[in-house]
Amino acid sequence: MTDLGIEVGVPLLELRDLGCERDERLLFSGLDLRLFPGDVVQIGGPNGAGKTTLLRALAGISTDYLGKILYAGQELPAAAWEFAGDSLYLGHLPGIKKALTPAENLEWYKAQSGAAVSIDAALRAVGLYGYEDTPCYQLSAGQLRRVALARLHLSLARIWILDEPFTAIDKLGVSQLEALIAKQSANGGVVILTSHQDLTLPQLRIVNLNDYQPGARSNQTKNGFESLTDGDAYHG
Amino acid sequence: MVDKMPAATLFGGFAASFRRDLLIAARHKAELTNPLVFFLIAVTLIPLGVSPEKSVLALLAPGIVWVMALLATLLSLDGLFRSDYDDGSLEQMLISPQSLYFTVMAKVLVHWLVSGLPVTLLAPLLGLMLSLPVDGYFPLLASLALGTASMSLIGAVGAALTVSLRKGGLLLSLIVMPLYIPVLIFGASAVQTAVQGGAIGMQLAVLGAFLALAIVLAPIAAVGALRISTNG
Repeated sequence: MTDLGIEVGVPLLELRDLGCERDERLLFSGLDLRLFPGDVVQIGGPNGAGKTTLLRALAGISTDYLGKILYAGQELPAAAWEFAGDSLYLGHLPGIKKALTPAENLEWYKAQSGAAVSIDAALRAVGLYGYEDTPCYQLSAGQLRRVALARLHLSLARIWILDEPFTAIDKLGVSQLEALIAKQSANGGVVILTSHQDLTLPQLRIVNLNDYQPGARSNQTKNGFESLTDGDAYHG
Repeated sequence: MVDKMPAATLFGGFAASFRRDLLIAARHKAELTNPLVFFLIAVTLIPLGVSPEKSVLALLAPGIVWVMALLATLLSLDGLFRSDYDDGSLEQMLISPQSLYFTVMAKVLVHWLVSGLPVTLLAPLLGLMLSLPVDGYFPLLASLALGTASMSLIGAVGAALTVSLRKGGLLLSLIVMPLYIPVLIFGASAVQTAVQGGAIGMQLAVLGAFLALAIVLAPIAAVGALRISTNG
C-alpha cells in the first residue's frame, strides 16, 4: 500500500475550477482542490449547499458539472474505468438489498473489488458478527449503515468518497470509523467526506462550500463567514 | 501507475449480479407469481366473455395468448430497476469497475427467467383451454420463448428511461408498446400459420433476428438510459 507508484507532484485527485448547478441554479463554482495521498477532506456547508451534488460528481455518478476533475493527472470521464477500480463511494442510500443478508450483500461488492479480506472479518470489524445470516430488513438503521460501512474493509480503493458516513451509527461506531479513516490516510489513501459532526482527525482539512457560492468571493469580507470554518489556504 | 486493474473478471461480475438477482427474486415469491397469475386469469376469462364455441376460440387462441403474454411481460417491467434505484444499488452499479452492459444483461436474464419463461411454459396449457389445434403447440412455445426474451430486453430500455420517475408506469407502456408490435405480429402469425398448415420458418427466423438484435443493442441503450436517469 505504501508503494503508491505516483510521481511526486501529481495529485491523486484534482478539482479545477469545479462548479455544479442543480435545476438551473448554480450551487457553487470555482472550486479548486488538490488531494495528495494521505489527505482527508471534510466538505462543509449548510443544507442545500451542494455537498452531495459535489460528491456525486466526484464519484462519477453525475457528469453534469463545470470545470475539470483529474484522477492521477488524467481527466475524468475519459479515465472513468481506472478511477472506478480505485474509488469507493458510499452515498445517502446505503446500496444494500433488504431482502438479502449482510453476507449476501457484501458478496456482490466483494466480487467487484477483488479484495482478499473475508466477509466474516469485514462484518466482525463493523460489529455485525452474528448477524451475517439475518435478512437486512430485520436490521436497524444503524446496523444497515454498518453493513454499507463494511465495504470499506473489503475495498482496495485508495479514494474514499463518503456522504454522511456517520449518520445513524453510535458513538463507538463513530470512533471506529474515524480510526478507519485515519488508517486509510496513513496508508496513502484519500478520503473525502461530508458530515455535520466535528471530527477529531489531526490531518483533516475543511472545505466550506459557502465560500464558493455565486457572489461569495466578492463579499467575503462583508459576511465574515470564512473565518468560522475555513481558515487554511487550499484554494489552489 | 494505473496498473491495478480490477481483479474480478467481466464474467465474474455477470455471475455475481445474476446470482444476486436470482436470490432476490426467490425471496419475493409473491411478486414473482404476479405476471403468471395475470396471464392465467386473463386467458381464462376469454371463453366466458367471448364464446365457449370451440371454432371461435381456436380462431382467436394464437392472438389472445400472445397479447396476454405481452401484457404480462409489460406488467412486470416496472420493477426491473426500481428497487435498485430506491436503495442506491443502481448508483453503485454505475460506478462499479465492472461493465454495466453485463450487469444489465444479468438483470434482464433473471427477469426473463422469472416472467417470460414461466409464461412460455404455461402457454400450451392455456392453448388447450382455448382449444388451440395441436399443430399450434410447438410454434406457440417456440415463438413465445424467442418473443418474451426480446420483450424483456426491449422493456429494459423503457424501464431504464423511466426509473427515476415516481409514476413511470404509463409512460413505460407508451415507450415500449410500439417496439413490441413487430414481435407480436410475427409471434402471433407464426402460431396462426402453423394452425393453418403453413411453414413457420420465416416467422421464427424474424423473431430470432429480433432477439439477436435486442441482445446486442438493448443493453447498450439501457445503460445509456440508466446514466441519464441518475444524472441529476
